[in-house]
Amino acid sequence: MFSFIAKRVGQSVLVLLITGLVAFSMFTFVGDPIDNMLGQERTMEDVERLRQQLGLDKPFVVQYVRFLEQAVQGNFGISYRQGRPVAEILLERAPATLELAAVSSIFAIVLGIGLGVFTAIRRDGVAAHVIMSASLIGVSLPTFLIGILLIYVFSVELGWFPSFGRGETVDIGGWSTGFLTVTGLKALVLPSITLGLYQMTLIMRLVRSEMLEVMRQDYIRFAKARGLSNRVINFRHALKNTMVPVITVIGLQLGSIIAFAIITETVFQWPGVGLLFINAIQFVDIPVMAAYLMLISVMFVAINLLVDILYAFIDPRLRGAA
Amino acid sequence: MRRFLNSDIFYAFRTSPVAMASAFVTVLLVLAAVFAPLIALTNPFDPASLNLMNGFTPPMEPNAFTGETFLLGTDDQGRDVYSTILYGMRISLFVGVAAVMFAMILGIFLGLLSGYFGGWTETIIMRAADVQLTFPSILVAMLIFGIAKGVTPVEYRDQMAIWVLILAIGLSDWVQFARVVRGATLVEKSKDYVAAARMIGRSPLTIMLRHILPNVLSPVLVIATISLALAIIAEATLSFLGVGAPPTQPSLGTLIRIGQGYLFSGEWWILFFPACTLLALALAVNLLGDWLRDALNPRLR
Repeated sequence: MFSFIAKRVGQSVLVLLITGLVAFSMFTFVGDPIDNMLGQERTMEDVERLRQQLGLDKPFVVQYVRFLEQAVQGNFGISYRQGRPVAEILLERAPATLELAAVSSIFAIVLGIGLGVFTAIRRDGVAAHVIMSASLIGVSLPTFLIGILLIYVFSVELGWFPSFGRGETVDIGGWSTGFLTVTGLKALVLPSITLGLYQMTLIMRLVRSEMLEVMRQDYIRFAKARGLSNRVINFRHALKNTMVPVITVIGLQLGSIIAFAIITETVFQWPGVGLLFINAIQFVDIPVMAAYLMLISVMFVAINLLVDILYAFIDPRLRGAA
Repeated sequence: MRRFLNSDIFYAFRTSPVAMASAFVTVLLVLAAVFAPLIALTNPFDPASLNLMNGFTPPMEPNAFTGETFLLGTDDQGRDVYSTILYGMRISLFVGVAAVMFAMILGIFLGLLSGYFGGWTETIIMRAADVQLTFPSILVAMLIFGIAKGVTPVEYRDQMAIWVLILAIGLSDWVQFARVVRGATLVEKSKDYVAAARMIGRSPLTIMLRHILPNVLSPVLVIATISLALAIIAEATLSFLGVGAPPTQPSLGTLIRIGQGYLFSGEWWILFFPACTLLALALAVNLLGDWLRDALNPRLR
């Protein structure tokens, strides 16, 4: 077990070092930092002094190690566009994205499991067929079209929910939350559905197929023979055993929710980290791009690592395999 | 044998209404895109043919100033929406097909290399694939687009955007091809015909391309079709986010991005028709890919 974990941690660190190298290379190969920091009026001495001051005259490897040192301490430099430290901007934007991701995850998990169980139990019912067909269309719809559709129906036509922004937010110790105001909560509805819909259909289809699989097994037949009620069989016996793969997928999808928040945030002009990243790409704001890349890779690698280790705990056969 | 396989698949095709319908829609849209200059009413990118007075004309209603009528209305600059969709679809399909071709060639090549040679070649390629698979491909595409944009000089950015887009989507999508080809190559490598080819002194490159490649192509075809649907959606998403095709060369995604701005003022047709076209295109290609996978995979039959 220990060697398995050590090996997986080693792999994760390697992945992070490689993405770090990509992030760092962006600084070196895309544009000249000196150009970005000094304006048009400059002398050769200024350039040379800044080059030495920034350590740009040192070998690539030395610079990379220094970059990593700084990155680990959360220092990603100063945004070319906003002229403020990147870490500060990211921290300011993080609550919006995290709240959106949390609400849409809950939406996806609760509704996904619920509908999955429903469609598995009533597999031949009309409602189950309708839900399954609808989910097929839902998977093929690009996220941004879902967002636009929701805006059109619920903001433009019905006027129930706002079409952009977070509404009013309350600041609690540097964390701006939209959970405490009515407009804030209302603003969360459409973006959360947009972001969570794909994950919801994914979880639903998985729960359904796992349930159908489990329901065929002998211990369910035995439970039926014992005369247990359908409710106990469905929820106590069947659902419990479908949870292992479901939890894995939910874990892995958490990362994608944060990544796909980029699209949702753009559609709804949600002031989160994803919108920041898109704007950074549009204006080639390298420090912000690099910081976002590092942040998201740490997150993805951590989630993958955690899921793998959890899996190894649950299923001993996997320990030798990796 | 080959003829038998073809007729078998053709039979499966003839008896599946979904496959026929999606193939029909796909062919129709592809033909419309290819022959866009012939069937479009105007060239929406020729400034001489535009009349700003025609802006915001609703579908099938005469314009208040010029009295002209447009089948699907006009956008803010008086461009005929029907014609912009045809030209936009051309760009969407071109980027999608080119990106998948690029991903396919790269993936096949790397997959053959790692499957045939094994050892450290395989380790490096497959580790890189693993690292890339850790991230959603749309994120990888965005990042490549961002870096490539930074590298190109400002004055060429709009011209290069389409090619950068192809590169970004292609590079974000090669892993699947490489994995499948590697797996199939490992199986084929141990067969007698490969040993025979090696014995008569054929070079590894010839063996890979002339002998192994034809035998690993059928799963590649399935992945290519499904990838095409994903690539079209990825292109539309990137363009919609403003990190793809520029407004001077709008793809369907760019058109939707432009149309979104007019949703609130009631000009729904600028958004609605491009969105429907994109949806029809993506759905048809997707269903076709699904059907092809089932038809080519004997285990599921």
